[in-house]
Amino acid sequence: MKTVDLAIVGAGPAGMVAASEARGHGLSVAVLDEQEAPGGQIYRAVEAVAAQAPERLALLGEDYAHGRRLAENFRVSGAEHIDRALVWQLEPNGLWYLRDEVCHELKANRILLASGAIERPVPIPGWTRPGVMTAGGVQILLKSSGVVPDGRVVLAGNGPLLYLLAAQLLAAGCRIGALVETVPYARYLEAVPHLPAALGSGYLSKGVRLLRHLRSSGTRIYRNARDLRVEGEQHAEALCFHAGGHEVRLDSDLIVLHEGVIPNQQLTRALGCVHRWDDGQKCFRPETDEWGNTSVEDVLTVGDGAGIGGALAAEHAGRLAALEVARSLGYLQTRERDRLSTSSRRQLNKLLQGRRFLEVLYAPPEERQSPPDETLVCRCEEVTAGQVRTAVRTGCTGPNQVKAFTRCGMGPCQGRMCGNTVSAIVAETQGITMEECGYYRIRPPIKPIPLAALAAAEVDCELDDVAQ
Amino acid sequence: MTGKPASGTTDLAVIGGGLHGCSLALQAALKGLSVVVLEKDSIARHASGVNAGGVRRLGRHPAEIPLSLASMRMWHEIEELVHDDCGFQVSGQVKVAETEGEMGNLRLRAEQLRSQGYEHEVLLDGEELYRLLPALKRGCPGGLACLDDGFAEPYRTTQAFRRRAEALGVRFLEKTRVLSLEARCSGCRLSTSSGELEAGVVANCAGAWAARICEQLGEPVPLEPIAPMMTVTQRLPFFVKPVVGTTGRLLSFKQMPNGTVLIGGGHRGRAEPQHNGTALDFRRLIRNVQIAADLFPSVRGARIIRCWAGIEARMPDDIPVISRSSTASNVLHAFGFSAHGFQLGPVVGRLMSELIVSGESSLSLKPFSITRFQRDRPAATS
Ligand SMILES: Cc1cc2nc3c(=O)[nH]c(=O)nc-3n(C[C@H](O)[C@H](O)[C@H](O)COP(=O)(O)OP(=O)(O)OC[C@H]3O[C@@H](n4cnc5c(N)ncnc54)[C@H](O)[C@@H]3O)c2cc1C
Ligand SMILES: Cc1cc2nc3c(=O)[nH]c(=O)nc-3n(C[C@H](O)[C@H](O)[C@H](O)COP(=O)(O)OP(=O)(O)OC[C@H]3O[C@@H](n4cnc5c(N)ncnc54)[C@H](O)[C@@H]3O)c2cc1C
Repeated sequence: MKTVDLAIVGAGPAGMVAASEARGHGLSVAVLDEQEAPGGQIYRAVEAVAAQAPERLALLGEDYAHGRRLAENFRVSGAEHIDRALVWQLEPNGLWYLRDEVCHELKANRILLASGAIERPVPIPGWTRPGVMTAGGVQILLKSSGVVPDGRVVLAGNGPLLYLLAAQLLAAGCRIGALVETVPYARYLEAVPHLPAALGSGYLSKGVRLLRHLRSSGTRIYRNARDLRVEGEQHAEALCFHAGGHEVRLDSDLIVLHEGVIPNQQLTRALGCVHRWDDGQKCFRPETDEWGNTSVEDVLTVGDGAGIGGALAAEHAGRLAALEVARSLGYLQTRERDRLSTSSRRQLNKLLQGRRFLEVLYAPPEERQSPPDETLVCRCEEVTAGQVRTAVRTGCTGPNQVKAFTRCGMGPCQGRMCGNTVSAIVAETQGITMEECGYYRIRPPIKPIPLAALAAAEVDCELDDVAQ
Repeated sequence: MTGKPASGTTDLAVIGGGLHGCSLALQAALKGLSVVVLEKDSIARHASGVNAGGVRRLGRHPAEIPLSLASMRMWHEIEELVHDDCGFQVSGQVKVAETEGEMGNLRLRAEQLRSQGYEHEVLLDGEELYRLLPALKRGCPGGLACLDDGFAEPYRTTQAFRRRAEALGVRFLEKTRVLSLEARCSGCRLSTSSGELEAGVVANCAGAWAARICEQLGEPVPLEPIAPMMTVTQRLPFFVKPVVGTTGRLLSFKQMPNGTVLIGGGHRGRAEPQHNGTALDFRRLIRNVQIAADLFPSVRGARIIRCWAGIEARMPDDIPVISRSSTASNVLHAFGFSAHGFQLGPVVGRLMSELIVSGESSLSLKPFSITRFQRDRPAATS
């Protein structure tokens, strides 16, 4: 089995830039991604769209088109791109992945996780019914196959991605019935002190443009909405909520929920990296130094997987991590690393400062940390918030005991969908902080893999069956 | 419960809140003793909460058979004991012979047991085997079975023992690590991470960490921490009822009531007891999965949801230490269950409590004495 200098998980902006940079200093690099082509979440399918559907490129916006250049640089960098590869287990100096129904092992001197974010689950009563989707899910359909939802579409939640999706849907000819914002009024005041930094970052003008566009299109906007719930027997039929002193019920064929993104912790958790609760971003994130080094030796993580910073920040962080890996493997002197990093470091800091405004304004509403008892928390094993509370009251002191007791988080999603909510409920019920409460222990594979694929893996050492 | 300081005096202090610690605590409380259980993490955090749940007499080491039979009787009435059925199911356990040679070995085993007066293991010919296991690959000549064996839910079971004990007044101190133990003729002094405690008797039920305590008592034991690995699939339509083992290779295979399939059998990862961790060894785990796919071709299409390992104590002769200390008369040991101690949980607690209360146990514990290694030691080093 061969060993590469650097294995990168994720071909989004962070992974692509890191790969190109590392190749530039002579490292051997392999980049693994589940997707067919480089791009990550933001630039998903950007090459194909540019080549085959240029009109879609236009409607997805100029930020999306920027991804083409990153992908081009990555393609010519000489990094090996292992596409359609699901990385399901990390080990010190190696990883396992699934590709074409066979599992493989790859050895690497350094591992860089650039595996991005997931959408923050929005557990409201009825959120698991058919007819409810996430903004990311709708956007993936739009980017990869140009599918636009029809019927009565209601968007609910908050955060830049929700507005971006709204604009993209409008541009694609979709009618949006209503946008239901879950930003408490008080958040606007709290966010004001962070306004100046945000002004410098360009996020704000983009946001204002998006909102104006939305309003002029005739989309009804509800603000300060709370007590959200989905009604409907089999299929979602309506979104109900409280806003402006009224109980509102919006009949809908598709309800799109979104309240921001959080780091995808599955890989870093499974590897045993130390994680901290980030009270600003309201999420757990792996602890890293300024280069992306985690608490586990030879493993780095950058981009949205290490803490939400957005696509441009991911690029700069990717470059910094690549420089650090080049240094640690002897391809660069420390002095050169530092010199080459100054510009990216400066821009990264500026971008991150600009994010504070968004973090404060679009922090998930309090009611999401404490869903009503009837809300399904774990969709795989169908465990409700009430069952989790009962488990805590009868002696489950942490998320792992709740899991063992209720099976919450034991299903195919491996707790990705319920992890944060369960920790929040445990913390609230016990009167402890999220940091004290912690999170599930994550076991491999981080996503289900076919048994036959594992059985088909080539194992290059002789193992005798009985004696060990 | 959690976080309360350890203090005061008690008749019995149990080190370790696994199944064995909880079972002993319950039995001692039933006999009227005051009991404190000290657990460095949380109850059922280790082997007792994450094992395969096999409740098996089949294939037991001859020394363990009397205990295993007695424990099985307790399993069949587990609800009376702990007020919870522990998810216990009588499914049968079957050991498959894949070749005529293996079948010969099983016949020998059956004869050997019969000559000792045991009748719980029965031989199956090919026809009987396939009647029990229609999904098994073709061509297996037969097997050996215990049709009254089964399985239970490990975490739930251990918690049920704990809850029942708690209802009888046992105190459970979680996140409380025993740091040192000082045995005097009048009693023992335990120093823990959250205070000091006096106990008339101390029981070392510390699983993979038990050797530390033996060392402090001046009776070191050759305990090896091991990390047996498990794999569980998504839910599948029902296709196998009994728990299935193999004769010439390592496999344990069962389908749970919710449809998931549990694959194990003793393929080991790396145990890291010093930081409560285990590392999976996927090369060995792949071997495990290959054997499962070979025996049950229909499982090939399933998806694997999760793999894990638990930390267990193994002794060189693969049977536990259930014994009075050889250096301190008021200390007892029950550890080293060598990856098959779940089934023995109910009975070992009862026998230990008998030892404590009356000085004698209703079944002989001689084969499990801690002194067996002391005799071995000079020979081993020469
Ligand atoms: C659903 C979704 C949609 C988004 N859309 C936008 C958008 O349109 N505009 C915007 O500005 N921001 C968007 N974001 C935010 C986005 O995360 C960042 O702006 C940016 O993409 C972060 O870059 P990254 O390189 O850190 O990670 P990503 O771009 O997310 O790239 C991570 C890559 O890692 C791969 N990966 C993850 N886990 C594994 C694994 N186990 N094995 C193999 N591959 C793996 C993924 O397939 C992905 O391609 C979106 C986020 C999400 C979750
Ligand atoms: C993956 C796996 C599968 C298995 N499958 C089966 C099966 O199918 N059937 C079967 O019969 N058996 C099975 N076993 C074996 C079975 O799980 C064990 O034999 C049994 O659970 C041992 O129980 P225990 O109480 O001795 O140990 P444990 O459950 O490990 O409990 C010991 C406890 O002591 C605590 N402790 C240690 N030191 C201290 C200290 N100094 N202070 C305070 N607390 C301390 C530990 O934290 C731990 O919780 C399996 C084991 C594993 C790992």
